[in-house]
Amino acid sequence: MSLRRLTKFKRLLSPFTTSRTLTTQQNQNINEEKETHFGFEKVKESEKERKVHKVFENVALDYDVMNDAMSLGVHRLWKDYFMCQLSPTDNTKLLDVAGGTGDIAFRFLQYVKNGNYKNCHVTVCDINSNMLEVGKIRSERLKHQPETISWKEGNAEELPFNDNSFNAYTIAFGIRNCTHIDKVLEEAYRVLQPGGRFMCLEFSRLENSYTQWMYDQYSFQVIPVLGQLIAGQWKPYQYLVESIRQFPNQEDFKRMIEEAGFRQVSYENLTLGVVSIHSAFKL
Amino acid sequence: MNINPLRAPSVRFVIKATAQRRLLSAGAEVFEHDFMEHHIPINSFQRTLLTVGSAAVSLMNPYRADMIACLGETSGEQALQEVLRTMEESEEGSEILNDRPRINTGTVDLDYLKRLPDGTLGKAYSNFLVDNRVTPDSRMTVQFVDDVELAYVIQRYREAHDLIHTVLQMPTHMLGEVAVKWVEAIQTKLPMCIGGAIFGPVRLKPKHRQLYRNYYLPWALKTGTEAKFLLNVYFEKRWEQTLSEFYQEMNIKPLEIRKTKKSIEGE
Repeated sequence: MSLRRLTKFKRLLSPFTTSRTLTTQQNQNINEEKETHFGFEKVKESEKERKVHKVFENVALDYDVMNDAMSLGVHRLWKDYFMCQLSPTDNTKLLDVAGGTGDIAFRFLQYVKNGNYKNCHVTVCDINSNMLEVGKIRSERLKHQPETISWKEGNAEELPFNDNSFNAYTIAFGIRNCTHIDKVLEEAYRVLQPGGRFMCLEFSRLENSYTQWMYDQYSFQVIPVLGQLIAGQWKPYQYLVESIRQFPNQEDFKRMIEEAGFRQVSYENLTLGVVSIHSAFKL
Repeated sequence: MNINPLRAPSVRFVIKATAQRRLLSAGAEVFEHDFMEHHIPINSFQRTLLTVGSAAVSLMNPYRADMIACLGETSGEQALQEVLRTMEESEEGSEILNDRPRINTGTVDLDYLKRLPDGTLGKAYSNFLVDNRVTPDSRMTVQFVDDVELAYVIQRYREAHDLIHTVLQMPTHMLGEVAVKWVEAIQTKLPMCIGGAIFGPVRLKPKHRQLYRNYYLPWALKTGTEAKFLLNVYFEKRWEQTLSEFYQEMNIKPLEIRKTKKSIEGE
């Protein structure tokens, strides 16, 4: 289909177009402090952390239900696959950053239990205590051995851990919410032991521009509506879909990981590129 | 107002035009700030999705007040225009539109209302809040109405709802809610009220269903048609008015059921 025909096609679907600059309407101030993005809104860097915190404070209780609704349950498959790719063995000390409600950590515990691997431990670190609370409650319900999992409040850009203290680091659907991605990567490098593995699961760019367009439509038309219907909140989900577009694409992110000092950096797209798994090693 | 489904209307333009048309009081600006902060522009597709979705969720879970509110907003534009017109044609209604009073614990002195003599509107409202364990602070700010005037109308309706319960002497259980919804549906013609009035009774237990059929429904239909327009009432200026005087003025006759109290109080 030529570009012109695609434009005509787009016009037919005009009732479905929306103002994607919801948040920019409300922001008028631009001053000297360095700016970054909060979804499509421009904010001061110092503001972003607070705003992101607010988002997750609001969504914590409905987080899991919303994830299921938005992805029709597929996020579970992504996370399952992610853990399989990590393939932990004996003596794995995992740090799961932005691990909030525990999805990755719990899969880790299940994986090492299934494989009968010894001496494994996961530390869940998140900047938001509400998310950690939800995770703790879930963990209790699932009856995990308390010595295999710990919970720590902390900032991915300034981790409260010593150098070389973990041999695996994961961050799933968290890095795009951080203000300074380069700092997060530097910290990841610092806390990993030599030979340690970094893995990131994050929303990314679709390989095909037409499917990207369909995915955009779904994201902007449907997801905030679902947020309103299920969680009673529109804006956090508007932020969610905008922030996905602000995150670097697969190649750029790969470069950033290399710049932090990691080697053997690779990525794998899932679901046509809706999400991508980046893997790297501290060598 | 907005004929182009491509874009959501620019609310700043609407607010400016409104201010020129109406002699807004200083306090009215507070609502405008609130409105701007909470306003979310949506297109026709999203509006349809929200309407259908909120209707479904409201039916499944009537305690989701936010979904009932959402439904009212997304489907109410036409009805709200009529309500606005009706308010503009009344002196008291116009006063409300100019002042844009809000009803919450910050604007209403609940202690004062508590101290008013029995039989007054203010005292009745105070009792209602205590007996039904509700607070006027639980009402959300409007999000999905683009016109600031219509937005205020629905905000007013939402905040006055408890007062309507009070003057109609209807408690907040399902039976009372449905009766109030009928009155509101007949007076405002809001699709959300009509929907609530028609589908609400589905959830009634057999005992209440009988009461509904024999007493509440005929009374609600009569009251809705015969009473004066309830949203034209500037409640905040009538706290000291006696209920009997109010009823005479508004042509309302509270429901009387000649049965033992036990069967009415139910759940």
